[in-house]
Amino acid sequence: MSETVNLIVNGQDKAVSCSANTTLSQLLREHLMLTGTHVGCDTSQCGACTVHVDGKAVKSCTILAVQVDGSEITTIEGIANQGEQHAMQAAFKECHGLQCGFCTPGMIMASIDLVQSGMDLTEPEIREGLEGNICRCTGYHNIVSAVASAGQKMREA
Amino acid sequence: MYDFNYHKPDTVADAVALFNAAEDAMYLAGGHTLIPAMKQRLRAPTDLIDLSAIQSLGEIQAKDGSLLIGSTVTHSQVAESEVVSAEAPVLAALASGIGDRQVRNRGTIGGSVANSDPAADYPAAVLGLGASIVTDRREIAADDFFQDMFETALADGELITAIRFPTTASAAYAKFPNPASRYATVGVLVAKTAGGVRVAITGAAASVFRATEMEQVLNDNFSVEALAEVRLASDDMNADIHAGAEYRAHLCGVMAARAVASI
Repeated sequence: MSETVNLIVNGQDKAVSCSANTTLSQLLREHLMLTGTHVGCDTSQCGACTVHVDGKAVKSCTILAVQVDGSEITTIEGIANQGEQHAMQAAFKECHGLQCGFCTPGMIMASIDLVQSGMDLTEPEIREGLEGNICRCTGYHNIVSAVASAGQKMREA
Repeated sequence: MYDFNYHKPDTVADAVALFNAAEDAMYLAGGHTLIPAMKQRLRAPTDLIDLSAIQSLGEIQAKDGSLLIGSTVTHSQVAESEVVSAEAPVLAALASGIGDRQVRNRGTIGGSVANSDPAADYPAAVLGLGASIVTDRREIAADDFFQDMFETALADGELITAIRFPTTASAAYAKFPNPASRYATVGVLVAKTAGGVRVAITGAAASVFRATEMEQVLNDNFSVEALAEVRLASDDMNADIHAGAEYRAHLCGVMAARAVASI
């Protein structure tokens, strides 16, 4: 069944016609060509598809686009400020928090939500907070460092 | 995933009417079990009835000595709710350990209870605390609700509107999580209630169940030492690549002891 989904994506109003069985990750990647949101497992385990819906991190492969009609969506493409990297992006670069980079968009979106939630940013808290994101390259050490570093900067700002 | 007709009613009555009018409908809450099942074509409903616009299903209320949690309340809302932390802190702790942060932001209590996954966390709380399941047509005691693997007392089209928990401070949940999914390999909820001690175990068998042998021992002597006398039989326990039946039976005792120790 064809539906029209109205969203605010990275600050811009979008009206997208799609079938009811379109996932949010498909809508972003295939209808809006925002391919920074990656689909790794497509079974809500790996977290590569993490985006923000109304400010909260969710796995866009396991949400139907029609379910979030009327919501505000932020993807990895929407966090830099006029060409200047978001503090979390800069920290991942600085701390070498990535290798192949496939998981990175999801890691960054989940990490921003983690910092914004106000929870303590100790190493165990960060590791627990990123349980929904899988990286097969780094061993996580530098990712945890990046989140701690960016978290401090984001909270000072 | 096959296509379907999508509906988003804003009242319970409309949701049930839409269900009854459709050929093969399903209710959609957070979708974190249903959507993966539809992707695998294990489920192929003709109609999905999204409950997210029904405001009354998203409320948490404490009244008349009980805590009423609406069926579309998410795990993260339960984990962060001040009302839940005050009235039944074990629920907030349990909810904060389900899946991961992103999953907790979407998954709902009603979806978890209706699905009755043998390894889900909430059934242990619902049965262990002696809660009841409020639907569009009746209220079902937890003891009568969970029947078998993915089987509940819900009739076709019956919609869970809320779960009614007794308020309690004397309860604890301990689980041995699957290291990848955080589903319970074994999870045990122990509660001291007006009617005696209740022990509910999830993850170990086809469905959540009450460990009556443990309850009897704990009613006489509420201690870790007393519990050590009880050994659950492994005959009906689950066995898979994560844990064998005997290991699960052993974990039941270990997790029950941890729960008792923290009350």
